This record gives sequence, structure tokens and C-alpha cells, in this order.
Amino acid sequence: MAQILSAALSIGFHGLAFAMVLYLISVGLSVTMGLMGFVNLAHGVFAMAGGYVMTGLMSRLGLPFALALAIAVTGVALASVVFERLLYRRFYGGAELDQVLLTMGLIFISVAVAKHFFGSQAQAMQPPLALSGRIDLAGRDFPAYRGFLILCGAALVTALWLGLERTRFGAQIRAAVDNLRMAQSVGIDTSLLFTFAFALGSGLAALGGGLGADILAIDPNYALENLVYFLIVVAVGGLGSIRGPFLAALLLGIGDTAFKYLLPEFGAFFIYAIAMGILLWRPRGLFGRA
Amino acid sequence: MATARPVRAGLSGPAAASRDPVESFVRRHRSRPLEALPWLIAIACYFAFPDYDALGAQIFATILFALSLDLVLGYAGIVTLGHAAFFGTGAYAAGLLAAHGWGEPLTGLCIAAIVAGLLGLATGALILRTTGLSLLMQTLVVSVMLYEAANKARPITGGDDGLQGMQVWPIFGRLPFDLFGRTAYWYCLAILFLGWLMARQIVHSAFGRSLVGMRENPARMHALGAPVGRRRLILYTIAAALAGIAGALIAQITQVVGLSSLGLDRSGAVLIMLIIGGVGRLYGAFIGVPLYMIAQDRFAELDPTEWYFWIGLLMVLVVLFARGGVLGLVQSRLRQ
Amino acid sequence: MRLRGGFGKQGWVAAAALAGSAVALPPVAQIAAAQTVKVGIILSYSGSFAEQGEEIDRGLKLYLKEHEKDLPPGVKVELVTRDDTGPNPELAKRLAQELITREHVQLLAGEVLSPNAAAIAPLTAEAKVPFVLMNAAGVSIPRMSPYVVRVSFTQWQMSMPMGEWAAENGIKSAHIAVTDFIAGHDAEGGFTKGFTDHGGKILGTTYFPVTNPDYVPLLQRIKDAKPEAVFMFMPGGKQATAAMKAWSDLGMKEAGIKLVTLQDVMIDDELPNMGELPLGVVSSGSYSTAANRPANKAFLAMWNQEYGPQAIPDFFTIGGWDGMAAIVDLVKATKGKFTADEAMDFLKNWKNPDSPRGPIMIDPNTRDIIQNIYIRRVEKQDDGKLANIEFATFPMVKDPWKELNPPK
Repeated sequence: MAQILSAALSIGFHGLAFAMVLYLISVGLSVTMGLMGFVNLAHGVFAMAGGYVMTGLMSRLGLPFALALAIAVTGVALASVVFERLLYRRFYGGAELDQVLLTMGLIFISVAVAKHFFGSQAQAMQPPLALSGRIDLAGRDFPAYRGFLILCGAALVTALWLGLERTRFGAQIRAAVDNLRMAQSVGIDTSLLFTFAFALGSGLAALGGGLGADILAIDPNYALENLVYFLIVVAVGGLGSIRGPFLAALLLGIGDTAFKYLLPEFGAFFIYAIAMGILLWRPRGLFGRA
Repeated sequence: MATARPVRAGLSGPAAASRDPVESFVRRHRSRPLEALPWLIAIACYFAFPDYDALGAQIFATILFALSLDLVLGYAGIVTLGHAAFFGTGAYAAGLLAAHGWGEPLTGLCIAAIVAGLLGLATGALILRTTGLSLLMQTLVVSVMLYEAANKARPITGGDDGLQGMQVWPIFGRLPFDLFGRTAYWYCLAILFLGWLMARQIVHSAFGRSLVGMRENPARMHALGAPVGRRRLILYTIAAALAGIAGALIAQITQVVGLSSLGLDRSGAVLIMLIIGGVGRLYGAFIGVPLYMIAQDRFAELDPTEWYFWIGLLMVLVVLFARGGVLGLVQSRLRQ
Repeated sequence: MRLRGGFGKQGWVAAAALAGSAVALPPVAQIAAAQTVKVGIILSYSGSFAEQGEEIDRGLKLYLKEHEKDLPPGVKVELVTRDDTGPNPELAKRLAQELITREHVQLLAGEVLSPNAAAIAPLTAEAKVPFVLMNAAGVSIPRMSPYVVRVSFTQWQMSMPMGEWAAENGIKSAHIAVTDFIAGHDAEGGFTKGFTDHGGKILGTTYFPVTNPDYVPLLQRIKDAKPEAVFMFMPGGKQATAAMKAWSDLGMKEAGIKLVTLQDVMIDDELPNMGELPLGVVSSGSYSTAANRPANKAFLAMWNQEYGPQAIPDFFTIGGWDGMAAIVDLVKATKGKFTADEAMDFLKNWKNPDSPRGPIMIDPNTRDIIQNIYIRRVEKQDDGKLANIEFATFPMVKDPWKELNPPK
């Protein structure tokens, strides 16, 4: 009995950490797809960029963890604004195929650029000493860094939800997702809104990429390798929603960890089957609105 | 409904547009001698480039694959990221047959078509009820699940290591598959021709036209009483079978099947090739596939990172400046 | 409503485009001059195995560069490289086919991955082209074609001595944890045989998934079983680093669990990324960058001059180096003119007493490699860096799997 509880605790802990990373990266994608109607397959590139900038600053310039992370997040968010203004906004509400082709092209370019500047090896990430080591929970040791990930994730999720519910910006986003034309006719500057939302989403992705470099290794194939995970979180969670992807990330993170612990030979098969089941039951996702 | 006028008079052959809708319909869809040109070129290439038969055969099989995707994507409007599921299923079906003692190629193709078609029918019935992102995701998840299942079923499929030990018999007992790919070249060209005839038939038929209607305005088609769901499913099944044949072709001419025939990379690559050529125009596959595969072949000698960069750049440029692919570009030029 | 008319015009355009792209093809390859030996190299230059492919590529190119002057006058070796992009047996086979029929190579070499090499092997038999395997470690590949010779290693060759050493040095029981693919199963088989033959007991086995493994929950489960030691094996590179991180995060060492592994996990060029984690880990391997022998010192000097002082070669590199050595020796001995059978006669009797990894030779019966297998421990060197220090040797080990499984 104690064995089972212990195993459950372990699965819950590691699954939660993984779920947080997935959520941080995917929530921006959900907003982008729900708000702007833009299938951004290249979303993982922003997460990857965040990871590369952070690890690069830490290893080449010796910057401390928090500072490197902050620079990475703001840098990627700003860069994403450039992308959004120059490239993406031409395709809002347009044909899905165009968006798929554009973003896949961007992924390919990112693979080549990452390989060119950083080589094929995965970037090593050493968490700061304060966060390394182990913590003791109910008689078991857990890596402290993962605990940090969970706390960080929880704090961010709360901030996001509060932001969505309580701020004006949040209200504007909710309005635009529900009914874009109406939102425009009451005077919301949707163009500016899109840019901000996109920057926020990309910044969060960079945060997830940097924080999660331990779990999802930063290498040139990052955006391609993890694309399926991000898309599943968004599709299962529901577009344009902030809560939906959280639930989906929990399911995916804990489920994946559970299956890998209990039935490692089956890989990701069951996770995909569950995702499929949910999509068949609720094609719009669990909390989908768009 | 008012008299139907050909929308693009400049492209419909004789300039004088007839008022009779039946006659203009027939004229538009009659075979034209110029349509023989791609085939003549394929035949000429055999003699002009004797060392490239293996590549040529692979190009023909991939054109068939892209053609099947065009039916689904361009005519029925189903955006799918998982079309390789059918390609890979066909490949493994033909591969398993050949690896377990029955290496006759033509029956192998038939069985591959049936198996892939059944898969298309089953999954289509399940997922074609939705549209948009949800459908896209479901096609992706189906193919990814299949990939994992094939990986798990290592004793049957060989898993990561690929299906080895295929012995494919000579065609009609007389024409063996040789090292240089000569037999493969003609074999794939012939099957492509048959597949193309079939696709062309579908597209020009009333069934095909109704599909375009369903894509453009499903509500109206429903109102007209057209069985939208059923027709899409039938087309999806046929396209799945064609994709299965393409997969079987590749399996038979290379005599090995790998997991990559089921993967996202394969679905993505064929989608890219088709979009570059031009979707929904039947000939997009004939342009996009050779362009992509020959470019990739040429780039093989250089740093492969460069390939990713250039193809990525090409994709972005096509989307920005040549929506509708090469054929779309040409069409808009001709219209001016 | 958009109607698609005018297929005739479109057909014409399609034909023109096809013709245009066909013209972009270069003229048919000139037949190589009799004194140029063309070698087709197939490696992974992109995808998840690009690191390994690059190391092999550097090794073989460096050897050729240093020894070009030793070739007979007028004889050149020309390399034609192709990228198999990772585990992709059908692409690898097609590339080999093209190298043989289009580029008219006289030799094939390379291949990181066993599935790809296994797909290529039957082709070499049909076309009669010798294939120098520089890495792919699948045990039965040399049996698939009489034209395959391997210079790298097999997992049985690595893991059986590791099992034997473990049993003879105080480890009575072990848990096995390997990745669920052929190399993993080979490693498991070899270790089990070596370990149990010398009195050890296997407590249990865990299989890691091949893609995206999260080692923490997997290792947690093993920790719960409280074994005395764990034999762990996974592909080298980022997976190995992730596993070592997990090992440390979970406090396996503090719990008293010993780790024995293979050189793939303690790969020399990943050691700097692992911090202090691998200190004390014992592994078996064919090559360590820190080896003291003069041939290695000479090799390192050339290597660092070519690729910079920060570049670290590993056992993949040596596979490329020794493979090219075999090819260059062949060309020297035959003055660049040889039939496939003459080449195989030479290659299967080839020896290199002076390889950076020590003396190696090919077994003429199996066409596989015979080499020293070293037991190493990760220790800190004077400059503060960690390295695999060889402290025990199993001399001239043949591939045990083939010894135990003679051809029927």
C-alpha cells in the first residue's frame, strides 16, 4: 500500500512539473490560435529561442539564472512582435494551408539557424545552486528544481487567470475571442491587442523553454520534436482558452509520466489514444470557444 | 440557375464561350493532346538520364501520393497532417506480404490498396464529422498513434530497425527489379498513369464537382440535399487507397520499409510538395514533387543544414508571393 | 464558385516545369579515372544523430588529410558524402544505390545506425561493393553480405567484459536498464551472459522508451527496488546526460547503488556537460580520449591542431579514423586498382597495431573487429576536467555473440 502511495506521489510530482512546462509553452499557442485564428506551428521556435538565449547567456557570459531567463523572455517577446507585424498578420483569418506552410517554413529555417550557430548538441543547463539538490517529501527524495518548476508554474497560472479575469486587457482578449467583430465595433483596437497577446504568448513560451530545458532538451530539432505535444495540449484544451490547456497539460503531463512509469514499453501510445478520445467526444476541446 | 459561363474564358481553350452549359462542360473536361506532354517527358527522361532511374521511380510514386492528397485537400477541402498513415499502411502491407513469402508485386499493390482503404474508411467515419483545427489534430493523432503502434509491434514490423527480408518477385514473372532501378522506373510510371486516370475521372465526374461544391459552400450543398458526409468519406477512402498504393510502390522498389513511412515528416513533406506545386489543380503534384525531390537530391551533396534553410525560405516565399503554388502563379499570369 | 478549366494549358505548364527542372540535373557523371578511388560515405549529418555522424566524418577526413601523402603517386581517394538524416533504412538504401549506380563508387563506408546499415548490406552483395562499417554495431550485419567489414565494435563485445568484470569485482546482483531498441537488447544480452557466467544474479530489467524518455520516473522505479548495482545503457549524447542528471537528482549514489555502463553513456565529449555527476562511474569501452598510449597522443595532437583545442574526439571519431585507415591501406597495397573480391581479401585480414585505441585487427572468419576492451573509471585529472581512465584490459576480444551463435 505504501508502495502504491509512494509511486503515486512520484508520478504526481514529476507529472506536475512536466505539465507546468507544457502549459507555459502551450498557453500562448492557444491564445494565438483562438484569438487570431492563426495556426502557428512554429510556436515551439519561440520556446526553443528562449532556451538557447538563456543557456547561451549563462554559459558564455556567465550570467546568473534569473537574469539570463529574464533577458531571454523579454528578448524573444520583442522579437516575436517583429514577426507578428511583418509576417503573421497578413494571414490572420486566412486559409489554414497558407498558415501551415508559412509556419513550417519558419520551423525549417529555425532548425538550420540553430544548428549553424549552436551545433547539434543539446544545450546543457545547470540550475542555480539554490535550486539544486533534493527535497524530502513523505520519505522520498525529489529533485528540488522540479519543485521549483511546480511552484513557478502555479504562480504564473494564477497570475494569468487573474489577469484574464480582472484586468482590462484580459477583458479585451476575452471579448475578442468570443466575437471579434463586436469587439472591434465597441472600439477595441484589435490590431494592437493581437500584437500584445502574441508577445505575451511568445514570452511565456520562451519562459517555458528556458525553465523546462531540463525536461525538454534544447537542440535544433526542438520545434519539430515537441510539436505534437504542444498541439495536443492546445487542441484538447480548446482554442482561445486559458484554463483548457491547463487541464490538458495536466492530463498529458501526468498521464505521460504515469504511463512511462507503469508501462514504459508502450511509449506515448496511450496518451495519444486518450487525446483522440477527448477530441472525438469534444471536438472543440475541453473548454473550446472559438 | 442562369447559364453557366466559364469563369476563366482565357484558359478554356477556344475563345468563343458557348452559351450551352453542357457543351462547355464537355469541352472543358475533354482530354487535350497537350495533357500527354508530362508522360512524354517522363519517357524521354528515361533515355536522357539513365543514371537517375531510381530517383525517377521514387518521384513517380511520390507524385501518386501527392495526387491522393490533392483529392483530399484540394477537392474535398480536408486539411490533413496525417496522410502518411495510409502511405505507411500500404507500405507495410506490401512489405509484410513480400517478407512472408508472397512477393508478387501487382497483387501486393491491390492488397495494400485494400488495407489502406479500409483504414481510411474506418478513421474517416470516425473523424470526418468535424472540421478545422480539431480535424487537423485528429488526422495528426491517428497517424502518430499508428506510428507508435508500428514501433511497438517490433516482432511484426521490425520497429526502428525497419522491415527487412522482403523478396519481391519479378513483374509478370519476367521483369526483375534490378539494382539500377530500370524496372522500377516503368513500373511506377505505369501505376502513376493508372492512378492519375482514376483521379482525373473522379475530379471531372459529377461526384467530383459536388465535392468542390461541398468545399466551397457546405451549407448550400446540405440544403440541396447532397449527401455531404457520405461523399467526403468515399473520397477519403479512395484517396487513402491511392496513398496506400504509393506506399506499396516505394516498399516494393526499395525492398525495405521503415517507420519513417508513417511519420509526421512524411505527411509534412508531401503536403509541402503539393502546396508548392499548387493545390486543387490536379497537376500541382506533377510540378511540386519533382521540384522538391530533385532540389533535395542536388542539395544532398552540400551541407544538409543548408537544405533545411533553403526549403524553409522557399516555403515562406511561396506563401508570401505565390499563393496557390507554381500553378497558381502561372494561372494568374496567364489571366492577365 | 471557381471552376477549373483548361487542363490542356496546365498540362503544358506542368510539362515545361518538369523539363526545366530536368535540365537542372547535371550531366551524367564522368567515369572516374583509373587512379581515383571513389569512396561513398553515408552518415547522419542531420537529425537526432547528427553529432555522431559529424564525429565519424571528422575522424575519417582527418586521417585522409594526414595520410594523403602516403598514397602511391598518381593515386587519389575521392570522398562522396551523403546524409541519411537519421534512422531511415529506405533512404539509406536509396543513397547507397545511387552512390553505386550513379557515382560509381568502388567502396562504401560509414553508417552510424544499424537499421540503415542492415538495409544497405544486401545491396553490397548484389552489386559487389565492399562496405566498411564505421559505427553501426548490430551483431549480425557482417553476416548479411560477404562484402561487409566492420571496424567499430559490437555491443556484445563491450558489455560481456563489463558483466564479467562486475561479477569478479564485488558486485553480486544487478538490475538492468536499457533503451528498448536492438543495441539496448544486445547490451543486455552481453552483460547478462558475462555477469551470470561469473556468478552474478540479475534482479530485473527495465526498458527505456527510445524517444523522449524522461528518466526521472523511470529511475525512481528502479531506486524503489533497491538493487546493489544498475547496468545502464542508452544512446550517447543528450539522452545519456539526461539520465545522469536524473541519477544524481534522485540520489542514487547516496542510496548506495553502483552504476556500471558502457562507453556510449560516458562518452568523452559529453563529459564536460555532466559536471561532477559521472565521477567514479565504471564503464567498458574501446576508446578513451585520455588513453596514455603514444599513438593516441599523436592522434590528439593532430586532432587539436585541425579542430581546435576545445574539440574532443570520442569512439565514433576513432571508428571513422580506423575505417579510413583500412581504406587507405587497401589503396596503398593495390595501387588503387582492385576488384571487389581482392578488396575483401585485403580488408578481412587487415590489422592496425598502432591505432589510437590500441592494437586492432579484423577477424577473417567473421569480418568483424577484434580489439582490446578497457574497463575505465571516471576520474578528475590535474586540470580539473573529468576523463575516462583505463585501468583494466580484456585483450583482443572477438565478438562473443558470433562465437556463441555460429552460422547455421
